Amino acid sequence: MDELLKILASNALESRETIARMLNLSVEEVQARIAEYERAGIIRGYQAILNEDQLDLDKVTAVIEVKVTPQREGGFDRIAERISRFPEVRSAYLMSGAYDLLLFVEGRNLREVAAFVSEKLAPLEGVLSTATHFMLKTYKRLGVLMHPETPDERLAVSP
Amino acid sequence: MNASLSLRDRLARQVRDIPRSGIRDFFDIVSTMRDVISLSIGEPDFDTPWHVREYTVFALERGATHYTSNLGYLELRRALSRYVARQFGAEYNPETEILVTVGVSEALDLALRALLNPGDEVLYHEPCYVSYRALVLFAHGVPVAVETRAEDGFRLTRAMLEARVTPRTKVLLLNFPNNPTGAVMSRQDLEEIAAFVREHDLLVITDDIYAELTYDQPHTSIVSLPGMRDRTILLHGFSKAWAMTGFRLGYACAPAELTEAMMKIHQYTMLCASSLSQKAALEALSRPEQDVAEMVEEYRRRRNFIASALADLGLPCTRPLGAFYAFPNISRFGLSSKDFALRLLREENVAAVPGTAFGECGEGFLRCAYATSMDKLKEAMERLARFVQRLERERR
Ligand SMILES: Cc1ncc(COP(=O)(O)O)c(C=O)c1O
Repeated sequence: MDELLKILASNALESRETIARMLNLSVEEVQARIAEYERAGIIRGYQAILNEDQLDLDKVTAVIEVKVTPQREGGFDRIAERISRFPEVRSAYLMSGAYDLLLFVEGRNLREVAAFVSEKLAPLEGVLSTATHFMLKTYKRLGVLMHPETPDERLAVSP
Repeated sequence: MNASLSLRDRLARQVRDIPRSGIRDFFDIVSTMRDVISLSIGEPDFDTPWHVREYTVFALERGATHYTSNLGYLELRRALSRYVARQFGAEYNPETEILVTVGVSEALDLALRALLNPGDEVLYHEPCYVSYRALVLFAHGVPVAVETRAEDGFRLTRAMLEARVTPRTKVLLLNFPNNPTGAVMSRQDLEEIAAFVREHDLLVITDDIYAELTYDQPHTSIVSLPGMRDRTILLHGFSKAWAMTGFRLGYACAPAELTEAMMKIHQYTMLCASSLSQKAALEALSRPEQDVAEMVEEYRRRRNFIASALADLGLPCTRPLGAFYAFPNISRFGLSSKDFALRLLREENVAAVPGTAFGECGEGFLRCAYATSMDKLKEAMERLARFVQRLERERR
């Protein structure tokens, strides 16, 4: 992967000046390349990584395994894209193995998610079955540990 | 007891006469201060790769808590032999030519003690790692420093060595990539040194502890040059490339007679390196490419950042090509290295080690370690910029 993308993927707020220094590029070049990635749709957005457990939100997340029948034209994509359009679905992946789609679905409470599954998702044509698991606690998201890191224990001066 | 002799007078001369390390003096001052951003730390800021730590816990549960063979676990020496062949380009027999030690620190001590008779001279290049001179003296040898210069990119040349070699010279001690300058030696540079070594029939100790941490060209070790393996002790360890400083694990590779001699000292003084650390090292060797590559990539970005930031401040700095140190020249402000470092510390809470801690020829330089997070590096460079502006105003 392009080093520029690696830097942005680990800290999208890194200043363009610093990125330019790190990559031996000019600031203009960095800006132009980022703009190009955005235009090409390779960079799809920038978000903060929240530790939601600390926010006491009225929110539950369910991980839902879905078995579907691929459609005649469009295979899995048509049904998957249709499901992905529901705002409740935060992430959706096509999987190999015992089921086909893996969804991360958010709602205010268990009842809301259950209603989504039974009223929206399960009745869709092509959906064969679903299995819903509720998430209890987040330890790590997007490569970031949610618990405070251990402080730097190195001596302040060493040879 | 003879009351007229103080305890100090009774110390062994070669111990008493060695001054305290400049690093320790500086540490004592830094440790009285709070909220210091430290560019004086000679160890990685990365955590030891998790699989290594996890495996060490497993090894502890499995009971790897006994003495090991004096040379170290054979399984580890076999893995080292494979790694060394790939990384350094020299073959060593794991049964007889590899000794696992308590860090490169112990290996250095063993190598010098195994080779030196009182009065034997050791050629080494300054600025350099703080231990070399003291270790030569502890081993009753005579340290002979050769000064490398910024104009040459702090590389060593044959001419410099020819000027200091004598009939008593026995050993040449090398360290590239270099602490504190970040200098590296190309194959061509080393060929010249190897020719000098062969002609004067010297032995070589090469401290290649930063071998993996090069940013523009892969490391070449002098052991890979013709005729060198059989007169060289190669030292390497896990502290730097794997961020395993606290494990205290290193090793020496050398022809069997030399390994046997070092082992003789090691078996009586240390018995063996820590069993758990040896297990950790074995696990570290299971996937070196991934672990090390990620860290090297990050160090390279920081190197680029700090080199560019120092240039913007008008502090001339030989481009660091390896290790994780930049060694800018700060002499234009008319302050000694020590005064510059002390004022930078007091006025801006940034700690960087005065160049003189690494030899007298480090006067006029400052060692800035970039083994610290980008956020801290950025902040440190901003503070350094403010400090430099203040010094410039004062001089007007
Ligand atoms: C050049 C050099 N050699 C040896 C060492 C000591 O390494 P170890 O932790 O393996 O004893 C260091 C540590 O800073 C070093 O910079």
